[in-house]
Amino acid sequence: MPIIKVENLSKIFGRKPQEAIGLLEEGYSKEDILEKTGNTVGVNRATFDVEEGEVFVIMGLSGSGKSTLVRLLNRLIEPTEGSVLIDDQDLATMDKEGLRKVRREKMSMVFQNFGLFPYRTVLENTVYGLEIQGMDKEKSKEKAIQALELVGLGGYIEQYPSQLSGGMQQRVGLARALANDPEVLLMDEAFSALDPLIRKGMQDELLDLQERMQKTIIFITHDLDEALRIGDRIALMKDGSIVQIGTPEEILVNPANDYVEKFVEDVDRSKVLTAENIMKRPETVSIEKHGPRVALERMREEGLSSIYVTDKQRNLKGYVTADDASDARKNDVKDLSQILKNDVPTVNLDTSMTEIFDIIQDTAVPVAVVEDGKLRGVIVRGAVIAALAGSEVNIDVG
Amino acid sequence: MLDNIPTLPVAEIVDTITDWIEETFSFIFDPIKDDFGPFLDDLSGDYLAAIPPWIVILIVAVLAFFVSGKKFGLAIFSIIGLWFIQNQGQWEQLMYTFVLVIAASIIAIIIGVPIGILMSKSKTLQSILTPILDFMQTMPAFVYLIPTVAFFSIGMPPGVFAALIFATPPTIRLTNLGIRQVPNELIEASEAFGSTPMQKLIKVELPMAKKTIMAGINQTVMLTLSMVVIASMIGAPGLGREVMRALQRADVGSGFVAGIGIVILAIIIDRFTQYLNKQKGE
Repeated sequence: MPIIKVENLSKIFGRKPQEAIGLLEEGYSKEDILEKTGNTVGVNRATFDVEEGEVFVIMGLSGSGKSTLVRLLNRLIEPTEGSVLIDDQDLATMDKEGLRKVRREKMSMVFQNFGLFPYRTVLENTVYGLEIQGMDKEKSKEKAIQALELVGLGGYIEQYPSQLSGGMQQRVGLARALANDPEVLLMDEAFSALDPLIRKGMQDELLDLQERMQKTIIFITHDLDEALRIGDRIALMKDGSIVQIGTPEEILVNPANDYVEKFVEDVDRSKVLTAENIMKRPETVSIEKHGPRVALERMREEGLSSIYVTDKQRNLKGYVTADDASDARKNDVKDLSQILKNDVPTVNLDTSMTEIFDIIQDTAVPVAVVEDGKLRGVIVRGAVIAALAGSEVNIDVG
Repeated sequence: MLDNIPTLPVAEIVDTITDWIEETFSFIFDPIKDDFGPFLDDLSGDYLAAIPPWIVILIVAVLAFFVSGKKFGLAIFSIIGLWFIQNQGQWEQLMYTFVLVIAASIIAIIIGVPIGILMSKSKTLQSILTPILDFMQTMPAFVYLIPTVAFFSIGMPPGVFAALIFATPPTIRLTNLGIRQVPNELIEASEAFGSTPMQKLIKVELPMAKKTIMAGINQTVMLTLSMVVIASMIGAPGLGREVMRALQRADVGSGFVAGIGIVILAIIIDRFTQYLNKQKGE
């Protein structure tokens, strides 16, 4: 069930927002509208649902409207048009009192530069959200300490933010957001100000926390690697519009348009990594020794729907599918060559990830990595995604 | 050619306005004249001046010691400085000046901080107030001494009032500036957790702006001190009056003595407010 439903949400910055909205609906672009009315389109009719317990990533380059969009969700910026339904209440039209209630109880936010109050200790910062609700001092302190322990800062409660490293400061930001036990966590470029190593650690930690807490997280980032690592679904933004929403795999494999494709191509690893880095040791059967029965057995063991066939010298001959092998066994066919298929997608050891993408999209079987006609490894679709997302890559394949 | 245009009756208009104000608001001016003035006089002349100087000096020195973070510098300076003033027979004058400065400063803060806060919340108000504040600070002080006497007659109240006009702007300006300079992310953080505007002000904006506001208050106190001599022209008692008297008699020596008294008071007050601003988190 979606916890947040965003419909047709727009934000126009400038003097004549209604006029600009009209033009948007007529299909004018952001540039045209700026030229005609002097208004800037911040967010252009965004529509999406966020499911309970998912990590929903909104990704885009700077100026794409992602930070504006997340601020429309808790109305730090007033929407020009559209609705944000949370638990069937429309945030966009709610009165101030109701809005405060939602902000206090249902949504918390984590900020890019941490947004910590420098004159308050770690504990006093964490307790802020509870304090303004008028919660009893002892109880709120207890809750804040719990939240701090959750992020591993139990021992730092009396320190001031300036005494902590960036990573630790952001943990305080996270603890502050978790302390009022919100349903939805808005994270605006939460890790972007951290250096890369710390950032990766924080991403892992967030995923760990998420496993335990099962919050709904809306995460803003300009970093595709980050989006792929932590996102259950990703919304890509450009010029204030959402251009594609999908799982990481959908985005990578089926980019909705040139823009997404460019974004995907920009992933550093796709240029650096080659087939050799991400291939796995192939499961094979021998055309001389094995028949359909063995092939079927191997596939069953390994959980595959097809298997590659080689000769003694490991020269690639083709592949057989489980369906064909099963039919062959029924019909008592002994020889694999009769059911062998030859439309094998092959790449070389040094083929780049970008090219592998194009190939892997159109094929149902794993891509074969071949050197001088010999099968060296296979690449499954998941490995490409995983590699792009920065997981461990497989370099020890022989 | 310009001579053909008749003189605009600005002076007459101002006179009329002043008269109108004096009559219309006499219900405010009269109690100030009749009650506030004698109160300040009694406070300085009867109560503060009645405390033996050595007790006052001791109290100031002890406060100075703690306010400056347990250092002896300010305390020693206070002892020597205040003793000097007493030695020169200016003690009672010092009390009058001190009361004038403190009264004007407190009123300036009470008026200035809230106006500064309102100003920081509204662009319109800021653009209206900025030229008014400029006007208040650049208009020669002697000019508004004239209507001030009309409103409050002579003595302490017009002195306080004149000091207020001159000295309130820094507090207003710096309160406004301090709140506007609070990083946007902190404002957003406070709002995102559901703060009411009042909670945002008290828990985030004022603490963040505290330093800047204190700098403004320091300025205000210093400016009231600088008005002491001018205010004595309309009968405000104190060290300023001694300076004025010395001026009229071309008495260099006693003018210098009274002037040194003002400087000593200024330094002590300035250091006190600065140290108060420096505490905690540094």
